Amino acid sequence: MTSKRSTTRTAWRLLAFLRPFTLQIVVTVLLGGVMVVASMLLLSMAAYLIAGAAIVAMIVLLSIPIAIVRLMGLVRAAARYGERLLSHNVTFRLLAHLRVTVYRRLAPLAPARLWQWRSGDVLARLVSDVDELQNLYLRVVAPVLVAALVTVITCWLLAIFNTVLALAALFFLLISGLGLPLLALRLTRGLGREQLALRGRVNVHLVESLQGMSDLLAYGQAEQRREQLAAWERRLDRLQQRLAVAGGLQEGLQELLTGLAVWSVLLLAIPLAATSQINSVYLGFLAMLVLAAFEAITPLAQAFGQLGHSLAAGERLFRIIDTPPAVSDPGQPLPVPTSRSLELAFENVTFRYEEAGHQLTLAHISFCVPAGARVAIVGPSGAGKSTLLRLALRFWDPQEGRILLAGQDIRGFGLADLRRLMGVVTQETYLFNDTIRGNLRLAAPSATEEQLWRVLEVAQLDDFVRQLPAGLDTWVGEQGLKLSGGERQRLAIARALLKDAPLLLLDEVTANLDRLTEQALFEALDRLMQGRTTLLVTHRLLHMERMDEILVLDGGRIVERGRHEQLLAQGGLYRRLWEVQNALLPVA
Amino acid sequence: MEKQILRYCTAARWPLALSVLAGLLALLATVGQMALLSWVIARVFLGHADLQQVGPALIALLVIIGLRAALVWLREFSARRAGSRVKSEMRRRLFAHLLRLGPLFVRGERSGELVAILNEGCERLETYVARYLPQTVWSLVIPLLLLVIIWPLDHLSAMLLLITGPVIPILMIAVGSYSQKHIQRQWTTLARLSAHFLDTIQGLLTLHLFGRSGAQEAHVARLSDEYRRRTLKVLRYAFLSGAVLEFMTMLAIGLIAVFLGVRLINREIPFEQAFLVLLLIPEFYRPLRELGTQYHAGMEGRVAARRMREILAAMPPVSEPGEAIAPSWSAAPLTITCEHVTCRYAGSERPALQNVSFTLPAGACTALVGRSGAGKSTLVNLLLRFMEIESGAILVNGLSLDRLPADLWREYVALVPQRPYLFSGSVRDNIRLARPGASDAEVERAAELAGAADFIRELPAGYDTEVGEQGLRLSAGQLQRLALARAFLKQAPLLILDEPSSSLDPESEALLSAALARLRRQCTVLVIAHRINTVAAADQVLVLDSGHLVESGQPAALLQQSTSAYAQLMTARLQEAGAVPEKEAEAL
Repeated sequence: MTSKRSTTRTAWRLLAFLRPFTLQIVVTVLLGGVMVVASMLLLSMAAYLIAGAAIVAMIVLLSIPIAIVRLMGLVRAAARYGERLLSHNVTFRLLAHLRVTVYRRLAPLAPARLWQWRSGDVLARLVSDVDELQNLYLRVVAPVLVAALVTVITCWLLAIFNTVLALAALFFLLISGLGLPLLALRLTRGLGREQLALRGRVNVHLVESLQGMSDLLAYGQAEQRREQLAAWERRLDRLQQRLAVAGGLQEGLQELLTGLAVWSVLLLAIPLAATSQINSVYLGFLAMLVLAAFEAITPLAQAFGQLGHSLAAGERLFRIIDTPPAVSDPGQPLPVPTSRSLELAFENVTFRYEEAGHQLTLAHISFCVPAGARVAIVGPSGAGKSTLLRLALRFWDPQEGRILLAGQDIRGFGLADLRRLMGVVTQETYLFNDTIRGNLRLAAPSATEEQLWRVLEVAQLDDFVRQLPAGLDTWVGEQGLKLSGGERQRLAIARALLKDAPLLLLDEVTANLDRLTEQALFEALDRLMQGRTTLLVTHRLLHMERMDEILVLDGGRIVERGRHEQLLAQGGLYRRLWEVQNALLPVA
Repeated sequence: MEKQILRYCTAARWPLALSVLAGLLALLATVGQMALLSWVIARVFLGHADLQQVGPALIALLVIIGLRAALVWLREFSARRAGSRVKSEMRRRLFAHLLRLGPLFVRGERSGELVAILNEGCERLETYVARYLPQTVWSLVIPLLLLVIIWPLDHLSAMLLLITGPVIPILMIAVGSYSQKHIQRQWTTLARLSAHFLDTIQGLLTLHLFGRSGAQEAHVARLSDEYRRRTLKVLRYAFLSGAVLEFMTMLAIGLIAVFLGVRLINREIPFEQAFLVLLLIPEFYRPLRELGTQYHAGMEGRVAARRMREILAAMPPVSEPGEAIAPSWSAAPLTITCEHVTCRYAGSERPALQNVSFTLPAGACTALVGRSGAGKSTLVNLLLRFMEIESGAILVNGLSLDRLPADLWREYVALVPQRPYLFSGSVRDNIRLARPGASDAEVERAAELAGAADFIRELPAGYDTEVGEQGLRLSAGQLQRLALARAFLKQAPLLILDEPSSSLDPESEALLSAALARLRRQCTVLVIAHRINTVAAADQVLVLDSGHLVESGQPAALLQQSTSAYAQLMTARLQEAGAVPEKEAEAL
């Protein structure tokens, strides 16, 4: 649980996001105030008009109230329209501001943290939290300010007649604007949290039941799952009954307080009218004024709940963007080596993940990939193969030992410089919601059309792209054309070719592909590796005879090393891995 | 549409009716409150009454304010009850029906959509029932009720209301459909832009690898801004309907007030009545305005309800027999015979299996081989009654499978899928799924037999380690062994096992084949084989190709015939393995 102080701090940090929009917010709040006041004036003036007409026989005397009544309709409609448009403008500007800020804070965290968060919904959550925060203005700040403004105006108008009336109205406005939402929050907070937890459990139950349905049905668990859901629904129902009582109470009390406010003002005004301290022609005017003022109070009921959501979203957001980066740039970066082929060396590298409970991931790893050579890292899953690559990319720094590129410790290079030297293809190729051209140009923004087609050709994807109706301009990614696993990987290979980096890091490139596709893709990979220093991680022992050296990793240590034939002849782990693999039947 | 939803949820009818009634009674209380208010004001204003003279009326006013608040509470409470009952009932119904529809209906991408229907869809239905439905009744009945009340007070005002009342919905629909067109025109672009931020964040790792993370910041800002401008352009029209409604309402109030004033001057109407009419006019428009704010909820609820009806209308894949037969099979292995079985998936032209006949002899192990898409999984789906055969018959110990209820039949089958699903809960719970009544010792014994005991004991909390969605990640080999433990625990007379198609680490491989050997002694086994050893050890091999059974027989015998598909499959494997040293090839 977070302390009160940190909540306050979060609130202030969130409000700071609004600072660039102060002027617009002031205008919007004024318009919101105008909107409510217009309706107050319309109704109260209408009441005054009728009362006046009842005692004066000349319509001329009523021309001002008539004019006001007519004008206010137009003013209110215009104010409402302007207020909604402007407030949404502020909201979207705020959203843009939030996104840029979050992005600016998030970017240096990558890639170590991003890699940790890539699976799971941390990032999706982050984005929906940012979306949630755009409501901070629309649903929290604006209603509170408008309500305050209207309260002040109402009390001022009433004070012209009599201070006591103003105080009575103030009392009820405050009670229903502040006291009631706080009461409702108190009544429902525990229930709401319980409901949220229960809903989460129901959700997991549903997701698992649908995804694991074969297992469930095969083991005759359908009835049990149905009953489990019914039991949770019953608990949810009981909770919701209590929430309904509280929710209804809030609405009921709101009505009660509005009625009481009008009643009290009347009760106080009648003796004043009897003693002629107030002209009794204004009685209706006063009652209408107070009645209409409560329009500004009603949205506050939701504002408090929304504030809770915003604060929670803000806390999650800050927790993520306040994370310190895992690695940082050196003060004086070394000049980038310009050679077309570079040597990569690990010297006695030892590494473990920071999180508690993690065993040693890599222990005393030493090896060298000479310039232009191909080295493969193989071994059972969980051996630490991919970690090795991520260390070369400087996601993290090793606790012991060094990694050398062209004889220099990689910590000496600028992070962006270092990654510019490396072409990377992994098993999870991320494609942006962009065209094929856009996704390729990521690697070389100024690449010409001709260059694009050349790399597509090498990656054996040119025929495929050519037969697409929009060619290079076909949208891919989550909302675009669904590419098959093989096509995605070819695109990744084309992208790496376009980057034309001297060092190549390949991480289980064919892991999610069927074996026919895997075979075909290997030819494209082979062309990519031509003339480049390559470090290849794989658990599939395919074309291993083309490697200059193979390192067999098990439990974070190099247990065997050598060329394919040597390792087979040794009859160790490599041999066993190879046999297991070759005992598989072709499935594709 | 509304009635159809309520037909499913009888429990919601009464609270809904109560809510509607309370809303109408609350309106009558409002009329009473306003009548008293105008009476009191008229008495003080024109009759110069003092507090004592209007005292009883003020007390009555207080009582009616309290009564109104109570009715509002009842209205809200019952509406919420109705909503949550519908939600809960609908979710249970949908869930139960999905379990009947089986895994083939929910598989793949559809499971995400179905979970969304069960979660957000049901929430929308709740809002629809709790907010939109009663509001539609009120927005029809309340204006009419008020017309009836206002008519005797003032014909002219009633006439005015009668004329302006229908204009508002008509105008709103006109403006609404106009803006709807604009909204739709922008929709594709909007959707693309709003997804962009998540896309950028999720792809940040890739951006880093290409040194493009800095350049994207300006892109985020530019796109967010574009999003704002485009959305505002749409909202400019969408907000018009609100402004028009506001203007019309205010105009009508103003108009009626001025008319009332003129007639008051001419003494054509008493003040008290005129004032009451003025007080009641806003109540006339209020339900229509609130219906406007619920419009969105109404649309969403309707869309969700339509999808729910579609799901509920889907037919279960297998029909239950008219009169159930309870077979008297013991735990002894079963003989399964397929006779000329043909079947196809819904919406598919080509049969998934065509005229397939074979026998799984009691106590024997049959290996099923074939490339992917050959019909292996289809056969498993048929045997588990997840889908229906088109023609032919499946006999179990001579009894046709369709004469047994599916649930009952599945009690005789144990399934070990290729990707077993782990449910949230402990490892122990997950094994116990197979037999909920099993003791801890039995669970551990099953794990022992499945070769899973060793790795389970090494888990942080042993058998009590939490697994599932958020839990621990297990390797494919470990998962398979857990699923085997389920099978050992269930001790069913028929075992269906789908071997992992990828190579596991050598240790898992050895443990798996040992466990399978143990299982074979107890039951009839059908294994979808991906390993040579598994096939070689089987009593019988079935080779499927494009839905046809092309071959069956003893593995050793088939290998001798050079024309056999099985023998060809073996040769293909050796070719795929690549450069196999001569000596190794013989050894295999």
